[in-house]
Amino acid sequence: MSRPKLSLRHVRKAFGDKVVLDDVSLEVAEHQVVCLIGASGSGKSTLLRCVNLLEPIDEGMVVLDGVDISEPGLDPDPIRRRIGMVFQSYNLFPHMSVLRNVTLAPTRVLGRSRAQADEHALSLLSRFGLADKAAAFPDQLSGGQQQRVAIVRALAMQPELMLLDEVTAALDPVLVGEVLNVVRDMRAGGMTMMLATHEMGFAREISDLVCFLKDGVIVEAAHPDQLFTDPQHPETRAFLERVIASGRL
Amino acid sequence: MTDRTEGADHVSAPSLVPDDMPAPGRRAAWLRARRRRATAIAVVSTVVTAVALTLLVTTSSGWPKVKTVFFDPTRFREDFPEVLSYLWVDVKLFVQCAPFILLWGLVIALCRNTRNPVLFPLRAFAAVYTDFFRGVPIILTVYLVGFGIPKLGLLQGEFRFLGLGGAWNSPYLWGPVALVLAYSAYVSEVFRAGIESVHESQRAGARSLGLTQGQTMRHVVVPQAARRVVPPLMNDFLSLQKDVALVSFLGPIEVFRRAGSLKDLTGNFTPLVAAAVIFLLLTIPETRLVDWYAARQRRRTGGSVVS
Repeated sequence: MSRPKLSLRHVRKAFGDKVVLDDVSLEVAEHQVVCLIGASGSGKSTLLRCVNLLEPIDEGMVVLDGVDISEPGLDPDPIRRRIGMVFQSYNLFPHMSVLRNVTLAPTRVLGRSRAQADEHALSLLSRFGLADKAAAFPDQLSGGQQQRVAIVRALAMQPELMLLDEVTAALDPVLVGEVLNVVRDMRAGGMTMMLATHEMGFAREISDLVCFLKDGVIVEAAHPDQLFTDPQHPETRAFLERVIASGRL
Repeated sequence: MTDRTEGADHVSAPSLVPDDMPAPGRRAAWLRARRRRATAIAVVSTVVTAVALTLLVTTSSGWPKVKTVFFDPTRFREDFPEVLSYLWVDVKLFVQCAPFILLWGLVIALCRNTRNPVLFPLRAFAAVYTDFFRGVPIILTVYLVGFGIPKLGLLQGEFRFLGLGGAWNSPYLWGPVALVLAYSAYVSEVFRAGIESVHESQRAGARSLGLTQGQTMRHVVVPQAARRVVPPLMNDFLSLQKDVALVSFLGPIEVFRRAGSLKDLTGNFTPLVAAAVIFLLLTIPETRLVDWYAARQRRRTGGSVVS
């Protein structure tokens, strides 16, 4: 196998005295989907934010295509262009139409013409059933629609890697499915993805590798069939038992 | 009897409930009646208060004198058009100041929001600036800038700028400059509060797309902040509309100054009351205009932007 798309090496991150990521190492191959599972506060979101350089790491390396992107002093903007990120709370821009939300970065960051960006955005929006929402404002959409727009907005930059941070956690159960379908669609298109999720059934279905995090440490990383049916670590077992008890698996 | 039938008896006990369904619309009728009653109470209490205040004022021992000195109908009729003819001076001063205040206020606010340590001097300057100009009475700023700077004699002759022009020592230049300096301190604080009210997640959303710090400010943060600050800005601009009268202390004759000179001429204060009416005629429509704008913004974006 060629070198991994993304590799985290001994990443450590602390907020003050609180260590949120401790010696995390992980590799994501091209076209691979890696799920991060674990309780809230286990470090899943922070890990994704560190990959996107929204949080600087304290120790270790984040290597994208063989280049250490966590090098201090490196301009983060050109790197972020290559990494799409979708947030739990969508983070759409409420003062812009759906279309403008999607085309802002392609026009301003990639220097595309407005017409070119509009065309690309509209084709993406119609691919995800949002063509009729192009002129709407985010507040006029349902949560599921907003999250799909947020995914389209990230895809419009044609990223090499997508980070999805609990993208269904703020959604009504009925709307979760439509967003998960979009993620399935991206996987079918060969997108390399890292996602933090509480949807265990979905994690099992979609990922090539599942990492269970607890207190900022990757306790166990394995193929989903292995991790969900025969977890090796007692912590993983305890976590999955709690998940089953709460009816989420 | 079993417990069960007892229970059933108990359930049917409130036999006051009529067997027939009540007439439809009785809740709406009740609400209408209540609204009518509330309106009636409001009207009555307003009238009573107004009558009581009128009686209190008009029966006071000094009222006849106050009436002739402040509310002389003949003087009002005569002086109102004269005072009104100076209104354009106030409007012009306002229109000249407002854009510069917005611009300079935004610059100061952006300076105060810089996060780059290299730009610390800018942040410090902005902090000292707002502290100073918010702390000094505006009238003093007007005096110091309006009389002080021309006295320095650094600038001679004429200036031309954006279609405006005049002598370098003109009070029509330095009066507005003083107002711009003072008001942009207030306005920058409004902008700063607006910028800080835009949630961090909006920045994260923009930066994650590869937008630079500057692009994030320009396309994402400032436009949202600008919509939120319209109501508080309106407050500042309403008081600016009145404070342009302070420029008259440097010489220019406008509504307040003209009313004052008419008062000096006749010894009657009615022209000042006329000036008050004129300012009200100007500021009340301005308030309504901005209310309309805010409502339109809310409609256009579906509701939650301003809140």
